Amino acid sequence: MDNVRNHRSNPAEKFELFGVQLPKLRMMLLLIGIALALFLPLVVANFAVFQMTQVLVYAIAVLGLNLLTGYNGQFSLGHSAFYALGAYTAAIMIDRYEIAYYWTIIPAGLICFVGGFLFGLPALRLEGLYLALATFALAVAMPQLLRYEHFEAFTGGVQGIDVFKPDSPIPGLSADRWLYYFVLFWGVLLIIGAWNLVRGRTGRAMIAIRDNPIAARTMGINTALYKSVTFGVSGLYTGIAGALGAMVAEFVAPDSFTFFLSVWFLVGMVVGGLASIPAAIAGGIFILYMPNISESVIGVFFGNDPSAKALIWVAFGLFLIFTVYVVPNGLAGLVRRFVIRYAIRRGD
Amino acid sequence: MDLFLQQTLDGLATGAIYASLALAVVMIYQAIDHFNFAQGEMAMFSTFIAWQLIAWGAPYWLAFVICLIVSFIGGMLIERIVFAPIHNAPVLSHIVVFIALTLIFNAFAGFIWEFTIKQFPSPFPSELPFETTLIGPHELGVVGITLVMLVLIYVFFRFTPVGLAMRAAAANPVSAALVGISVKKMLALGWGLAATVGAVAGMMIAPKVYLEPNMMLGVLLYGFAGAVVGGLTSPAGAVVGGFLMGVLENLAGTYIIGSDLKLTFALVVIVAVLLFKPAGLFGRVVVQRV
Amino acid sequence: MKTTRLWASAAAATLVLGIGSAMAGNAPGVSDTEIKIGNTNPYSGPASSYGTIGKSIGACWNKVNADGGINGRKINWISYDDGYSPPKTKEQVRKLVESDEVAFTFQTLGTPTNSAIHQYMNKKKVPHLFVATGATKWGNPKEFPWTIGWQPNYQTVGAIFGNYILQNHPNGKVAILNQNDDYGKDYVIGMKRAMGDKFDKMVVKTETYEVTDPTVDSQIVSLANSGADIFVNISIPKFAAQAIKKMAAIGWKPVHLLNDVAASVASTYKPAGIENAIGIISVDFYKDPNDPEWKNDAETAAWNDFMDKYYPDGDKLNKMNAYGWAVCHTMKAVLEQAGNDLSRENIMKQAANLKEVKIPMLLPGMFVDTSPTDFYPLEQMQMMKFDGKRNVRFGPLISAETE
Repeated sequence: MDNVRNHRSNPAEKFELFGVQLPKLRMMLLLIGIALALFLPLVVANFAVFQMTQVLVYAIAVLGLNLLTGYNGQFSLGHSAFYALGAYTAAIMIDRYEIAYYWTIIPAGLICFVGGFLFGLPALRLEGLYLALATFALAVAMPQLLRYEHFEAFTGGVQGIDVFKPDSPIPGLSADRWLYYFVLFWGVLLIIGAWNLVRGRTGRAMIAIRDNPIAARTMGINTALYKSVTFGVSGLYTGIAGALGAMVAEFVAPDSFTFFLSVWFLVGMVVGGLASIPAAIAGGIFILYMPNISESVIGVFFGNDPSAKALIWVAFGLFLIFTVYVVPNGLAGLVRRFVIRYAIRRGD
Repeated sequence: MDLFLQQTLDGLATGAIYASLALAVVMIYQAIDHFNFAQGEMAMFSTFIAWQLIAWGAPYWLAFVICLIVSFIGGMLIERIVFAPIHNAPVLSHIVVFIALTLIFNAFAGFIWEFTIKQFPSPFPSELPFETTLIGPHELGVVGITLVMLVLIYVFFRFTPVGLAMRAAAANPVSAALVGISVKKMLALGWGLAATVGAVAGMMIAPKVYLEPNMMLGVLLYGFAGAVVGGLTSPAGAVVGGFLMGVLENLAGTYIIGSDLKLTFALVVIVAVLLFKPAGLFGRVVVQRV
Repeated sequence: MKTTRLWASAAAATLVLGIGSAMAGNAPGVSDTEIKIGNTNPYSGPASSYGTIGKSIGACWNKVNADGGINGRKINWISYDDGYSPPKTKEQVRKLVESDEVAFTFQTLGTPTNSAIHQYMNKKKVPHLFVATGATKWGNPKEFPWTIGWQPNYQTVGAIFGNYILQNHPNGKVAILNQNDDYGKDYVIGMKRAMGDKFDKMVVKTETYEVTDPTVDSQIVSLANSGADIFVNISIPKFAAQAIKKMAAIGWKPVHLLNDVAASVASTYKPAGIENAIGIISVDFYKDPNDPEWKNDAETAAWNDFMDKYYPDGDKLNKMNAYGWAVCHTMKAVLEQAGNDLSRENIMKQAANLKEVKIPMLLPGMFVDTSPTDFYPLEQMQMMKFDGKRNVRFGPLISAETE
């Protein structure tokens, strides 16, 4: 077995960028990323830690969507509903049943897995825009269901539910930093999971279905099962993000989970790049910071002219169009092109 | 029984609104093979242009015509300026640009015209020749205009060389180019026409729901649903889908589930319809060649 | 070893920060020349129509600064967009408090959005002043001593309508239309409170609408069909106007009680058709500057001047701009009263000790009044009836004290 592996050496090793072998370069970048993720929160202020935590939460949700769209080719505008489901599961468990916060993540994920799987079954028959409409319906219906008066005993109705931020068990570590590491733990776990998933048998099946469903079926892949399972896994990721998001925001309400949240996930995914795991983090960063940057830009240009506040979305929209111009295949696509363009093949 | 009749007719009246926007949705779908999320906001913006002209003293029909012309040119410009450079980008990148356009039009309208609701005049007489409280003159007029637009669009795509060329360019750009159709021109023309149809829809909708930047948010939702249920390749299907949405939500809200879940209910019904007719009620089933 | 040191330094850093913010003296964001005030408003998204409140308050501070500021200090108004999304509000408010270091927040807008920061502000002991929502929960000084509301709460208005119905139409049949969110539901709770067990007997039909609904025609038809002769309409101007128009179209003519949010000649009755709106009974606490009633009123004239000069792009037909002007003056009064002791404690204390303060654009005879146990600054309203030209006030100022 070992022999075989040695024999088929990784072709990427033959290429180098900036004088470093590609696999090594990737490993170096990964280590830098891990170091930043671990130590940066210790030196920045609590508020910045809080923002980084939110980036991670959004990144997990975008990753969930990316598994579905990027790897499996199914389109969804309904992920705000899974995010809401996860968030409410955690909030209800903590608030109504006084269960410790760390026990709520897995149930939230599982409920969303089941929800995603069940939704995936009928969605099998739908493609493209029709699937978009079905998922869109899910996203639009969710806030209405959360407000529905007969569920009020559970959901808190229009008033929502307060979730208290967990205290840090480590003395000297602020609650914000603790929550960050808690979210980071789940983020890393889910990223490793996704990485294994897309590289294994399942992942190849998912990608085959995306690229050519008919050929995939001919090869004996159970497309129906794989598509539904992918929907479930995607829901699981987004649901866990929702549960973590509820703890970060310390509050859930129907207004937190409007259809627009799905739109932001979609934007984050496309800007980051399809079918790429690191792209999810770029997407999370974009979702969180870009509106703030747009707001600052308007502030810089118009000072304290009150009317200019209405232009924030104009700025954001222009940034978005500009981003698509510069990186039509997302940031991940840009990196890929950069590598292909500049990597140098070493002589054998 | 009275209530049933009234709710059904009212549903048809609201449905006409959805249908008119659904037509614009089908128009753009036929022309570019995508659904344009910004369609609603573009229609809203066009309507504001007409409103501004009227506020400056222009007579209704002059404002109407100018608005259509401006929308047509505006639609073409959007295609040429915004979409031509990213013609080869993936579909999802296009969708993100649609979203960006939605945000821009919405915010820009809010910036110029503020958010207080505006009255928009109806072109129809204020009294019906017969006495009834079941349906208003504007509502009846909108139903009529929607049907007229439907016939025009049907004839355009079915019988005119330009319409056929446009469908060809959207369905199979390479083959279309090979037989001498300028795909570029067709795309721009498609955008222009879709914006024009949207503008008509906007001017029909505004007198009923009042003009403000968020006017189209809900209408687009139902219009989109109507178009998909009817079948995106069929203008008649889209109109039927729009009417169906209007009637369905009213009857569901009145008799079945109450007004606080009627939207959810309507959407569930749509998804159920799609499960049995995945290409919509009147859509053409696309057979893929392997 | 290295990590231990890192943990330790991190701990020390948190400790220092903790002490820094707890130090006595002026609040963060206050200097000899400046007071930093934080705010969030929905400047984007489906709720962006409310954004004009934040804009008009910003314009009001521009005027205050141009007139020399408050005790020589200029107001630095930092207002962020939250798109009416609670998680975004949380982020923006933390940015205001921890990064921009504002002295306090003022008029953060929305119920769910303020709910998201309610705990945070009170834990941090940062004044969370005059929030822009009419929910009842903002007046709870025992549990939340750092949060205070401003406008008469929604339940109060509901209760005023409930009492009116009991007194004037004890045998009436009531139909209700309300927005399906906290605002719409709170009015109904207030009505229930006032009417007690009569509520279930008298209310024959309730319908709701979503803000995303294109029209409320279907709801009006259902309500009319219920045979009700009293209609309580709890909706924003757009849907109120649609309702009035539809009622005229189908010939339903009940006693129409319209909530304060939509009680405006310019932004509701005119679009709905003036003749259709005659006889509508509503309630309000501040002057609608477009109502001919206030044509020669000095306060309204001052507001008009302000709009022309400092917020020329603002829509004068929108009475929310008068609301912004009035609440801005309430804040100004608190800061003037606080003098040079601008610690967070004192600012909060002064906000809770406003004794019959006169604020421009409130209805004649009305005051802002608070005490350490009364965190409801405005509790009075007056009923009015539209006569085809103006909203004619009738009856005394009513206060439905919130228990």
